[in-house]
Amino acid sequence: MSTAFTLDLETGFRGLLESGGVSPGISRLIWLPLPMLLVLVAAVVGVLVTVWLERKISAAVQQRIGPEYAGALGILQPLADGLKLLVKEDIVPARADGLLFTLGPVLVVVPVILSWLIVPFGQNLLISNVGVGIFLWVALSSIQPIGLLMSGYSSNNKYSLLGGLRAAAQSISYEIPLALAVLAVVMMTNSLSTVDIVDQQTGAGILSWNIWRQPVGFLIFWICALAECERLPFDLPEAEEELVAGYQTEYAGMKFALFYLGSYINLVLSALLVAVLYLGGWGFPLPVETLAGWLGQPIDAPLVQVITGSVGIVMTVLKAYVLVFTAILLRWTVPRVRIDQLLDFGWKFLLPIALVNLLVTAALKLAFPAVFGG
Amino acid sequence: MPPLAEITQLIVFGVLALAVVVGALGVVMLPNIVYAAFLLGGVFLSVAGLYLMLNASFIAAAQILIYVGAVNVLILFAIMLVNKKEAMGASPGVGLRRVLSTGVCIGLFALLLRVAFSTPWATPGPAAIGEDAVIRLGEHFFSDYLLPFELASVLLLMAMIGAIVLARRDVLATDIGTGESVDQGLIEKARTPLLMEKP
Repeated sequence: MSTAFTLDLETGFRGLLESGGVSPGISRLIWLPLPMLLVLVAAVVGVLVTVWLERKISAAVQQRIGPEYAGALGILQPLADGLKLLVKEDIVPARADGLLFTLGPVLVVVPVILSWLIVPFGQNLLISNVGVGIFLWVALSSIQPIGLLMSGYSSNNKYSLLGGLRAAAQSISYEIPLALAVLAVVMMTNSLSTVDIVDQQTGAGILSWNIWRQPVGFLIFWICALAECERLPFDLPEAEEELVAGYQTEYAGMKFALFYLGSYINLVLSALLVAVLYLGGWGFPLPVETLAGWLGQPIDAPLVQVITGSVGIVMTVLKAYVLVFTAILLRWTVPRVRIDQLLDFGWKFLLPIALVNLLVTAALKLAFPAVFGG
Repeated sequence: MPPLAEITQLIVFGVLALAVVVGALGVVMLPNIVYAAFLLGGVFLSVAGLYLMLNASFIAAAQILIYVGAVNVLILFAIMLVNKKEAMGASPGVGLRRVLSTGVCIGLFALLLRVAFSTPWATPGPAAIGEDAVIRLGEHFFSDYLLPFELASVLLLMAMIGAIVLARRDVLATDIGTGESVDQGLIEKARTPLLMEKP
């Protein structure tokens, strides 16, 4: 959008500070942590909501009521869970490797939180529009298995070690089809930046979303994202019947909470990225220009900008939570696969399909450059 | 560039350089192979940080993806699958070996230092092209660097085939003790009974 006024909070905020006599360097320094804090808070609140949804939906699936007394409809239950974990004793098993045992959960959570750097909620509503964008996420998510291996190894427990090994094997198997599915989208966009990827889908509202042009890629990405998040049907690393709780077996208190938090942040992040890559990101099902036309306002009027900005945030979160809902429903209705089925499916089915999808996308891009981003 | 950014860069560079050097020393010197492998991951990450400071964000991300996410994870995987608790036994002539390898390393280090100080480095180097680097890299990969790039993949393929042959010993090896062929099938086919009649 080449508009005179776009919703740019940074310039506004810094302009305000600098007009009050603050030097540009200091105003930048004051601005820098704000979006990061905001996104961190958003991520944690997103997790709380997801945990509540998980409890309520699992209850509904199993014809129970679920949490009820903590707040209206049990909405404060996740907070109570978090508080309980916070005050629980933090145990490091006597024969475990203390240093690695502590470092493991940290290595699992930090890359996931870092990846929120690239999630756009609007044209200028993201922490940093880095050029490598989506590739940064693919790279960062590959650090996670090291943390899992580390916690599995350092727990000095056979179940933990097996869980860690399974987690790492699963993670590296599903990363390749995931990256190939992303690559197909990137090829259509000619850019790795998440903002460009969404911009490319805003032309004709819902019709220009990538899901129509990349249906196979969408499915591959979603399956692999579920596998990366270790959600059922792919929760092999923590399969209760076989491995107690996998690499989490020996963890308690805040360290366990880090794993818990990490897995839910990762789920919300994956859902957000599916929304960004395939469901038009912050785009409304109708083009914003049409809406502004109905209101009789020019697209760059401040009021319209504020409204489209809010609609963008709502749309991104809404799309993400529809996907989270699907993931939760899948978890409580689908049985777990076996480890050999899991690896077979990843290497012998998803990987070839993803390769074919990439090649077909390339061919279509050459044949119909107008539709598939020439 | 405002001084704030310069100071930050200096501090970050110091921390990263220290992490690389200390981590690399740890990889070589620690007797515990698992610690060494984890430290290797740390070194790879720090190197990625250095790339990031050079405005090469794509290379940094690729470094993380390939070296941390693939190479290091596979190294750890191999170590943990073998999972030998006991330390390696003392091999004969450890003292002599250590002296020799120290000598070789110091020689290499001196050579590198000599190169670093005798080369007339053009400072400041060419301007960083930032985000356009991805496009430039792609062009090079498909034009003048095509052959080296493809050859590297052939090398990787050879390594992979070698690893498979080594891992599936039933293809060639026989048990040294009994002279019979090593039956990998027993390990892999969990459903077939262990006591099978040999044909």
